[in-house]
Amino acid sequence: MKVKVISRSADDYLREKKTDIHKVFRNYDPALHPFEAAREYTRALNAVKLEKVFAKPFLGNLDGHRDSVSCIAKHPKRLSTIVSGAFDGEVRVWDIPQRTCEREFVAHNGIVRGIVYTPKGEHFITVGDDKTIKTWKALTPQFGEDDAPINTVLSKSVITSISHHRKSPIFATTGEIVQLWEESRNEPLRTYQWGVDSLHDVAFNMVEQNVFGACASDRSIILYDMRDHGPLRKVVMKLRPNKLAWNPMEAFTFTVASEDYNLYTFDTRNLKKPVNIHMDHVEAVTFVDYSPTGKEFVSGSYDKTIRIFDGGHGHSREVYHTKRMQRLTCVNWTLDNKFIISGSDEMNIRIWKARASEKLGPLRPRERTALRYAEALKEKFASHPQIKRISRHRHVPRHIYNAQRELRTIKDKQKKKESNKRAHSKKGEVPYQPEREKHIIKEVH
Amino acid sequence: MGKLTPRYFTQPENPSVDPPKNSKIPEIIQFDVSDVKKKPWGRRREDNRTGKNHTKITKKFDKNKSIFKTDKGERKQQTQKKRYKVPKEWLDKYSKGEGVNLKKVKTNVHQKRIEHKEKQIQYATDIAAKTEILLTQDAGFLEADGGETTTQFTQKQIAESVDITAASKSFQLNLEFGPYRSKYTKNGRHMVLGGKKGHVAAFDWVTKKLHCEINVMEAVHDVSFLHLETMFAVAQKDWVYIYDNQGIELHCVKRLNKVSRMEFLPYHFLLGTCSDEGYLSWLDVSIGKLTSQYNTNLGRLSVLTQNPWNACLCLGHAKGVVSMWSPNSREPLAKMLCHKAPIVAAHVDPTGMYMATSASNRELKIWDIRKLEGPVQEYKLVSAATNLGFSQKKMLAVGMGNIVEVYRDCCTEAAKRPYLRHRFNNPIGNFNFCPYEDVLGVATARGFTSLLVPGSGEPNFDTYEANPFQSKKQRQESEVKALLEKIQPELITLDPTVIAEVDVATLRDKVDAKKKLLYVKPPKINYEPRNKAKGKGGSVKLARNKKILREEAKKEFIQATKDILPEAKDSKKKKKPFNVLDRFVPKKKV
Repeated sequence: MKVKVISRSADDYLREKKTDIHKVFRNYDPALHPFEAAREYTRALNAVKLEKVFAKPFLGNLDGHRDSVSCIAKHPKRLSTIVSGAFDGEVRVWDIPQRTCEREFVAHNGIVRGIVYTPKGEHFITVGDDKTIKTWKALTPQFGEDDAPINTVLSKSVITSISHHRKSPIFATTGEIVQLWEESRNEPLRTYQWGVDSLHDVAFNMVEQNVFGACASDRSIILYDMRDHGPLRKVVMKLRPNKLAWNPMEAFTFTVASEDYNLYTFDTRNLKKPVNIHMDHVEAVTFVDYSPTGKEFVSGSYDKTIRIFDGGHGHSREVYHTKRMQRLTCVNWTLDNKFIISGSDEMNIRIWKARASEKLGPLRPRERTALRYAEALKEKFASHPQIKRISRHRHVPRHIYNAQRELRTIKDKQKKKESNKRAHSKKGEVPYQPEREKHIIKEVH
Repeated sequence: MGKLTPRYFTQPENPSVDPPKNSKIPEIIQFDVSDVKKKPWGRRREDNRTGKNHTKITKKFDKNKSIFKTDKGERKQQTQKKRYKVPKEWLDKYSKGEGVNLKKVKTNVHQKRIEHKEKQIQYATDIAAKTEILLTQDAGFLEADGGETTTQFTQKQIAESVDITAASKSFQLNLEFGPYRSKYTKNGRHMVLGGKKGHVAAFDWVTKKLHCEINVMEAVHDVSFLHLETMFAVAQKDWVYIYDNQGIELHCVKRLNKVSRMEFLPYHFLLGTCSDEGYLSWLDVSIGKLTSQYNTNLGRLSVLTQNPWNACLCLGHAKGVVSMWSPNSREPLAKMLCHKAPIVAAHVDPTGMYMATSASNRELKIWDIRKLEGPVQEYKLVSAATNLGFSQKKMLAVGMGNIVEVYRDCCTEAAKRPYLRHRFNNPIGNFNFCPYEDVLGVATARGFTSLLVPGSGEPNFDTYEANPFQSKKQRQESEVKALLEKIQPELITLDPTVIAEVDVATLRDKVDAKKKLLYVKPPKINYEPRNKAKGKGGSVKLARNKKILREEAKKEFIQATKDILPEAKDSKKKKKPFNVLDRFVPKKKV
């Protein structure tokens, strides 16, 4: 007779000392792990609920401006520093982790229209309504020193915005005309004109560094090449584009925030129709900025909300709002891809998390694997009604809610009207027009 | 050193590859690129480049040439390690099914997405199967020498020939308040005993440490642990009571009246009970709410078992029917006519594959419970089996009066003789195989006996699932985890994987709904005529107009519904062309 019976000695299964970790024995036999699907579903449900529980995106605010914030610039080398300009001509330099103002001075007579840091972060350049371009040292002046610009340039025309070249000491400004400046010169290197009264925004491409785009008041977006004498192309839209942002990873993609509540992502190779329309705002979109990964962008709107969009999706994945935040003037995505900084009409600068439920600070390995597992489960069960409902739900203030409803009825009405028109007219008289072509008037070469 | 060897293209060693000697322009070095041997990558290429031991390497190559030559004459890569080949049965064990037929996925994007997913699943299966080699324990066994049978070995013999720790697992308790019933915890470490005359005891049966021992001074019909060893439920004369491991009464559940049998569903935190009065109820022990309670209308219920695979409760009835219940429906999910005599006992194996039922006409049948088919095996016993129990390794214990017989492999093939047999002095109350141990715990009329059944239990436990050696802290932690993962009672269905599958039923519903449109009554339109001037048409004309309009609306509606169903349109049009042989088809009677 040969016999063996399971016999376990406790020494093999228990830890030796209290300071040891517990011994873990795994057996992945499916028979020992019943209800795999149901348990995974439950975990996914818990994960998506926890995501909601931890979704606390608002981190803090920078308080100090005496008028609405008009523009914000990120420091190209340091994550902790930003500089902001206000409608009363004041410029403030902020320390984000300390949430303090390091430096404040009145830079312009009238509104500060734009601020940019130079590529190395040694200086920043401000433009204002007083037609001046002022260059300031980024370092706080020593005790006794005055806050004085190291260079002041008087432009012949009004200046409304500014954008700096990625590497060279060249920057572009807009106003009645687009001007290209060299940092050390007091006369513009080049000027561009294309029968436009005024332009209000300009942005340099980060990848194809000689290209820049501008938004004009005749509802057009104009592309320029620094090496060329004239503008390249322009596309005219139905309503005014407010702000242009280039994708920092894809040279040919840019997104514009438009007055018609939408954002449009364009491919420069085909400006006839946008690659994607991003809807969700219920009032004019005033600002847009890409995340450093180029996968997402953030937009601020006149409807007092910030929305975050995935580049390829037509609707936002996140909406941020507070009771006190008023109309947004500028929203920036920080260069570590973790935070969003917004400036609004009620004089505050706010700091938000880019991913609402993300844990800040280092993650322990077990924590990280748990989060990844939760992420995978959420994806797996994403289309289950319960999970979908919870993950999609966002509370919005009443005025947004009502506006959304109103917009929906308007859209439905228009659709119905069009279909009625189609039904009662000759075949082909009322052609079907794709949504993406509706908002573009023409492309001009 | 002499001449440096070229870095990337050395002259091929093979003479057949040598540049042709009679080439017309001798200055140009020609390489036959068509048959250049692949250079090894990485470190080995580095070694070749140095040229120091170049000759050595070539020698080595020559030496190994014959070894690494396959039938086709190709030379295999020399340093390729032999990969561990996972046996097919392991892969089958961990397999997650066939997967998606990629050819049927229409769009390219989704095809790629699903292909990627399939690869991941395949990888997970492989990795899981490979973990099999890491398992530390082997299953137990009992082998007879020539001329012997395993049936003839007594418990005494087995206990004598195993090691001392295993032998200590065979023990006997002589108790007086019988007939007893017993249950183990999920990890098999603790057990609770309940005697008909009110004796209730809970203890760690491995160390024989008593948690509590009380007399409830009432009849005890059944006992069951809840999710942990710290709490157990006792079905007493009238109501179900819940005690903690010190014997303190925590709850008295008066909603559960005259309960005869209890089953605890550990992943759902449900205590399923059936009563003498025909009621079946599920009590959620995590929130203390009665999830549902139904009158089965099937008379006295005394045979209750759970299907551990899908958490349905199986009831055995006097009409020979086994019915399966979930808390979501007032009607049983399935009914099986298993025997032509009253069912005495039923049990489902832990993987939910087989169900064993026995009836009072001495029959024992094994059913394929996933397909609700069978019987897979039929046995006629010497006397009716009053108790049945599957072990983790699919051994079946059959209790008949005062005899317990254990059968091995009785589901897939007809077992000829029992694997083990044990005779008691008293009739058996109930028995359970202890999870993760080779032990069968038998509660009899006058006590409790723990029998050794080699090879019945799963040798390797999973710490995160059920840990016999868990500390207090681990227990607390696992309790929290288990509560977080509590499966909602709505998910109890016959097929537990249905939650992870495509919701086909609603799609079918949609199609059905579309089909039903054909038979929807057209709505009557409400026609109110304009008030016309006097003399312009009387009431007759009005009525006629109304009728015309109604008819028109009806026609439109019918047309619209027909347009929705293209197949309905097509079916009318398509007629088979008349075949020559069709003349022999009998004509349809009108």
